[in-house]
Amino acid sequence: MTTTRTGYKWVGTRPVRHDGLDKVTGRARFGADYATAGMLHGVVLRSPHVHARILSIDLTEAAAMPGVKAIITGADLPDIPDETGTGSEGGINFRDLSRNILARDKVLYEGHPVAAVAAVTLRAAQRAAEAIEVDYEILPAVLSLEEAMEDDAPVLHDDLFTLGLDSPPDRPSNISRRRVIARGDLDAGWEEADVVVEREYTTKAVHQGYIEPHAVVAETGEDGRSTLWCSSQGHFAMRTYTTKVLGWEPGDMKVIPAEIGGGFGGKTTIYLEPLAALLSRRAGRAVKMVMTRSEVFRATGPTSGSVMRIKMGARRDGKLVAATAWMAYEAGAFPGSPIGPGVMTVLACYDIPNVLIEGYDVVLNKPKVAAYRAPGAPMAAFAAESVVDELAEELGIDPIELRLRNAVTEGVRAVYGPKYRKIGFVETLEEARDHPHYSAPLGPWQGRGVASGYWFNFGGETTATVSINEDGTAVVMSGCPDIGGTRAALAQMAAEELGIDVHRIEPVVADTHSIGYNDMTGGSRVAFAVGIAVVDASRQLIEDMCSRAALIWDVPREEVEWVDGRAQSVTGASAPLTLEELASGAGATGGPLSATVTVNPRGAGAGFSTQICDVEVDPDTGLVTVLRYTVVQDAGRAIHPDYVEGQMQGGAVQGIGWALNEEYIFDRNGVMENPGFLDYRMPVASDLPMIDTVIVEVPNPDHPYGVRGVGETGIIPPMAAVANAVYAATGKRMQDLPMSPVRVLEALSGD
Amino acid sequence: MARVFFPTSLQQLTGGLEDCEVEASTVRELFAKLEDRFPGIREQLASAAVAIDGDVVPGALLERLDPDSEVHFLPAISGG
Repeated sequence: MTTTRTGYKWVGTRPVRHDGLDKVTGRARFGADYATAGMLHGVVLRSPHVHARILSIDLTEAAAMPGVKAIITGADLPDIPDETGTGSEGGINFRDLSRNILARDKVLYEGHPVAAVAAVTLRAAQRAAEAIEVDYEILPAVLSLEEAMEDDAPVLHDDLFTLGLDSPPDRPSNISRRRVIARGDLDAGWEEADVVVEREYTTKAVHQGYIEPHAVVAETGEDGRSTLWCSSQGHFAMRTYTTKVLGWEPGDMKVIPAEIGGGFGGKTTIYLEPLAALLSRRAGRAVKMVMTRSEVFRATGPTSGSVMRIKMGARRDGKLVAATAWMAYEAGAFPGSPIGPGVMTVLACYDIPNVLIEGYDVVLNKPKVAAYRAPGAPMAAFAAESVVDELAEELGIDPIELRLRNAVTEGVRAVYGPKYRKIGFVETLEEARDHPHYSAPLGPWQGRGVASGYWFNFGGETTATVSINEDGTAVVMSGCPDIGGTRAALAQMAAEELGIDVHRIEPVVADTHSIGYNDMTGGSRVAFAVGIAVVDASRQLIEDMCSRAALIWDVPREEVEWVDGRAQSVTGASAPLTLEELASGAGATGGPLSATVTVNPRGAGAGFSTQICDVEVDPDTGLVTVLRYTVVQDAGRAIHPDYVEGQMQGGAVQGIGWALNEEYIFDRNGVMENPGFLDYRMPVASDLPMIDTVIVEVPNPDHPYGVRGVGETGIIPPMAAVANAVYAATGKRMQDLPMSPVRVLEALSGD
Repeated sequence: MARVFFPTSLQQLTGGLEDCEVEASTVRELFAKLEDRFPGIREQLASAAVAIDGDVVPGALLERLDPDSEVHFLPAISGG
């Protein structure tokens, strides 16, 4: 891998994004914008119960209704075996995935799909769904982690036996897995500690809150070949998962990516896609399905609610010497909470010699969770960073200084095992400490908090193609949906390499039949992994073009170099050949100019963020207002700083919403009471100040421009930063999220 | 020799051993040698993510190991 250099022409600049005009004019086509002639409309019948056995489903009346063309139930999907693939905590279990898409013998949460109908109009499909008669046997439900983990709790899955226990369990449980990380000598650590803080924290399930609901159009032909148009974070994964669940061949399905109106991890899995594809096959016509917002909330992945108990001890000089963490995460109806990353990240910012971390993945009668930005890390950081803040106060040490005294650095062994490579945590702390925000004056009922966070980042399987058109323009083709400005970033890296204007490059997100396989847009991987492939492809093209110039000039290859978008004679014997000249004459020198590179790169640089939050608390209403907020984050190298800043700001805003307002509210029967944006309160622009950003650049040595992923780390620190600020303003430690006005008032009235 | 670290959950199989050194040039060879020494461990490792020198390597079975490589077994990590 090459080392980084400075003095770039395009990398680090802020060109207008290539897809910007289409998006601001409404021309860009999102999932629900697709339609075909003669298309049917599909809807899902969902369970009204949180836990029930399906005794029978009678489709007779529904099937006979006018305009109804196809109805499917769980019995129409193959009963696939317990088989896991990559992509989730412990891998995706395709059996569970299938049963989450369409229940078979039991429904496990309110909103669980029971049947799907396709009809000539949406209303006809809805009426038919209402006419389906389902006979349920209501079962006792478990709605909280505490209930679900009790020995005598009703069990969701008779075949679920806890993994990771000291001795194999003899009966099923709602605890699917226990994870443990241990190192050092805890007794010695506690003995060495002068100050110990132990607290319990809870967080609620929150939704990713993407603006665009799930949407798909599927068309399956008589030959069994199908085309899907859908909005997702990875159309190759949609194809793999959909065909797996249906028992079809991946090669028989083409998935065309729509633009994506937000995903944040929630669009890394499938819900409607197999239903639409199968309905289409049954009906012989295309089928369109679009979720309502209520369906999105009730039946697509939120992230886990959690209960965490953290204990940390420090010496008087501020050295952290011991820590324990007990963590339980809600998985929803099927196993697979992000407890793995939770236990790995909870103490990952600090070099602590004596540690015991214990985590539990717990099923209960709520929607199956899905990935959400840095899955598992934000709630863990809420707990750990709150305790660190309290320790700092007890010790009389500035909270950033305490973090600096314990911060992990290159070569330090992470609490979960491996040694850190080149990282920029200390740099984020120093930038935060030196930022004017950190020393700005505060008024009454105002307080300041800080917190930090860590995320792994990821590489993944990647294909990219760079082609030169006959006029010297270029096409950069990838297979990863552009969520955060990656079209522009990839074009900038190609422009930097080729030496041409970034707007002479057209970045394209290609469908599954037009480019080789790509993992999803997730794990903050695209600018890193696809960037490597694009740079490598560009360099292959440059080598090819230099060879062709040498052929034209009849000189050795060594006498040609690539400078500013043209082949140049080292000796000056020939006039330079421009990209346009080489491209227009390519037929005579070997054919079209194009290079495809596939990679599965290691070396995704870890990300760290430190954030400063100022709040004002209204003592009469309990309302917490964020006055000022600064995100400091190591990006390695910001290819397009606007989009790096956008990721940092977006992560912070989502974390602030998680901290202050957002929560799934269930009634006593487990039915969600706030499945809409009026009642599920996400922050909007008018709620918050401009989120200030400081991009730290500690280059990742394993990327040609030093890129680290930036999409996820920003959401990790906000809950603790806000909680620590509320404490500074009120003297009250908030240990349960969200810090809604009611909860803050309760805390204030506890005096 | 590559140095292999065992997570707490696998230390029952290793008799409490937290780490050991193994002569192996690939992860596949490493798994085979670990299975010889700790029967049953290969099945447990099948669902783990393999980290080599700090990098999680998807589909790591054929990955080469350096003599001074460090290998860790981690829970699978999904990004958002």
